Amino acid sequence: MADVLLDIRNLRIEATTYPPGEKPMTITIVDGVSLTLEKGKVLGLIGESGAGKSTIGLSPMGYGRGGVRITGGEVILTGRDILKQGKNGIRKLRGHQACYVAQSAAAAFNPAQRLMDQVVESTLKHGLANRAEAQRRAVALFRKLSLPDPENIGKRYPHQVSGGQLQRVMTAMALCPEPDLIIFDEPTTALDVTTQIDVLAAIKQAIHATGVAALYITHDLAVVAQVADDIMVLRHGKMVEAGPAHQIIKEPKQAYTQALVAVHRLEHEEKQPTPKPILSVKNVTAAYGNGILKVLKNVSVEIHPGQTLAVVGESGSGKSTLARAITGLLPPQQGEITFEGRKLSNRLGGRTKEDLRQLQMIYQMADVAMNPRHTVGTIIGRPLTFYFGLKGAERDRRVKELLEEIEMGKGFIDRHPAELSGGQKQRVCIARALAAKPKLIICDEVTSALDPLVANGILKLLLNLQQIEHVAYLFITHDLATVKSIADSIAVMYRGEVVRYGAKSQVLTPPFDDYTDLLLWSVPEMELGWLEKAIAGRKMASAGN
Amino acid sequence: MFRRIPIGALTGLVIATLFFLVAIFAQWIAPYGLGDIAGGVWEPISAKFLFGTDNLGRDLLSRMIYGAQTTILIAVLATLLSFSMGVILGFTAAVVGGWFDMLMSRFVDLLMAIPTLIFGLVVLSVLPSTLVTLILVMGILDATRVYRLSRVIASDLNVMDFVEAAKLRGEGKWWVIFAEILPNALSPLISELGLRFIYAVLFLSALSFLGLGVQPPAADWGGMVKENKDGIVFGIPAALIPAAAIAALAISVNLVADWILNRTTDLKGGRGNG
Repeated sequence: MADVLLDIRNLRIEATTYPPGEKPMTITIVDGVSLTLEKGKVLGLIGESGAGKSTIGLSPMGYGRGGVRITGGEVILTGRDILKQGKNGIRKLRGHQACYVAQSAAAAFNPAQRLMDQVVESTLKHGLANRAEAQRRAVALFRKLSLPDPENIGKRYPHQVSGGQLQRVMTAMALCPEPDLIIFDEPTTALDVTTQIDVLAAIKQAIHATGVAALYITHDLAVVAQVADDIMVLRHGKMVEAGPAHQIIKEPKQAYTQALVAVHRLEHEEKQPTPKPILSVKNVTAAYGNGILKVLKNVSVEIHPGQTLAVVGESGSGKSTLARAITGLLPPQQGEITFEGRKLSNRLGGRTKEDLRQLQMIYQMADVAMNPRHTVGTIIGRPLTFYFGLKGAERDRRVKELLEEIEMGKGFIDRHPAELSGGQKQRVCIARALAAKPKLIICDEVTSALDPLVANGILKLLLNLQQIEHVAYLFITHDLATVKSIADSIAVMYRGEVVRYGAKSQVLTPPFDDYTDLLLWSVPEMELGWLEKAIAGRKMASAGN
Repeated sequence: MFRRIPIGALTGLVIATLFFLVAIFAQWIAPYGLGDIAGGVWEPISAKFLFGTDNLGRDLLSRMIYGAQTTILIAVLATLLSFSMGVILGFTAAVVGGWFDMLMSRFVDLLMAIPTLIFGLVVLSVLPSTLVTLILVMGILDATRVYRLSRVIASDLNVMDFVEAAKLRGEGKWWVIFAEILPNALSPLISELGLRFIYAVLFLSALSFLGLGVQPPAADWGGMVKENKDGIVFGIPAALIPAAAIAALAISVNLVADWILNRTTDLKGGRGNG
């Protein structure tokens, strides 16, 4: 064990919360976690939000986010217990021995400084090299991370490069002082799948080329399987399971890990299209800013009663705009939208109450989609009063029925959104949509903000409800794995156009067009060595490059 | 809610409550009548006249008590008027948008471009000096500030998904304003209410001091400062007592408003934790 770089023993981290009107409470965020990391190895920390993975990840830098305290255990980095170091000792260590790559590179860079100045800053501050040497190192790192134009990219400002490139520049920033340890905190989570794959490959290559040890924090087991040698699964601040990557992926021992591994294996039998579609969108073109910025170009799709159309694409492909055009929030410039054979008015104001009732929407961010000052009873009850005139006890009875239907108890009726978990919030939003007894629900990235297991629960619920209520879904997502498990037909969107459209089996069967091919190759699979295979196999490089 | 009141806010709350109680029960508390000439001119503080007498020999304490009633009543009514007008118009402008927003906002800009006090002086010197005109002028001038604040709060809330959800449901403008936006805008508005009330008190006092506010023989604090200001040269504190009352009320209400602001912004990860 001569090569042990980082040794965390029995780490305990606590924080104090101040609930309004109550006494301050101390909560345990991390409880009795131990891990060791050898030189040149990558350890993946995985778990859902609130599992304590970021908090553990920051502990080797002696840092606790607002109000967080390390109250027990030891964190030994290169033979020294960093918890016993004073302020100066820790300052010497940060940005020198241990560096950090944050989730949102866009928020981590100073927009007023050139990239190069920021990349070499900590190297210069610690006096590890002179400016010329540091810049030479940075350029070499840019090249290793396959950034375009490595000699000159440092002269740009953060807003002049894409999100995927910025994330790689940040990795270069962390590698520049030649640290012993890098902490990657969800470095690809905020990126599109097609960009994620390139960043992931670049990070993996850089780690191997420099021989640095890394802690890789993510909630996506398929991603961590590509870069990590060992994986530790965390839940509620405690370790669930740890072991070599192949063992965790192939033979998980704990039930929780098994559930994580199996998360993408939801099966959904494709239904045959019916003769009469419930909604048909014909040649719709829509634009923002007085028609200058065209975001939808000649889009035509159909949705059949009781079936699901999945609209897939990366950010900026126009999929949410399609939803806005269908709901009437963004009146299209051309084309028409027909619902059950009648033409829908382009504008929201021109639609009847009945039209509005039939077509409901569920949002990505459930917490801003509900009025924080209303109770669950009001949130679900309002459509009942508004559309059906239900009041008093009758309305309460129906709200309770709906709560049962979304697999939550009646006890939730008096709660406020802030008192619900992320999954429960999304369920309440589903109940609100169902309360109107709609024929079609537009689901805009409804599972993207949720942890994988919770998202799985929501998908299952949606599929169940479809069978019971015979409601159709327009399911907008960037995640092909979700599409496979829920859709009957698929529309692939790219830069405002539908590039591939048809029944699920048909869309997912080769031959593919270049973009669908790229998209399919980009979805991380729970398989070791997938990354290399995918990079080699795809036809087209991603646009975010 | 009242479990962890900081000492400053508590002091403010007690003093402000005291002032309001005095104002409400003025008729029962005051030892002398409003216009009764009970003693000599500018008598010093004594057991008979706790605060002494004023420039006409009236009991200063009684006039202070009646003055509290007039001052606070006018300020409360003007604040209520400015608030209901400002909030309703501001919210409507944010939700309706378009030409209504443009028209209202530019009109408010126009009013705000003229210094409030000067504008008030001009209007009040032209109009007949009654309580109603006074309240109307104060309320309308103050409503511009409330309008600005509520419009910006509502514009922020108006683009939230839950408001969009309500619009997609087909809800009318009134539901959006009163059921979706208002409950979420309440906390910043309530603390603003305290501040606006104080501005109303100060504005009224300034007007009365200049002779355009409350007319004699009615008593109000600003007017009392004016009546007794000549005594200061002779070392008579009669003018300072109403002035101190104005300051005390302003500070105590501010302390409470600040505490409310702190509490409510804290919920959204805001500035304070008091």
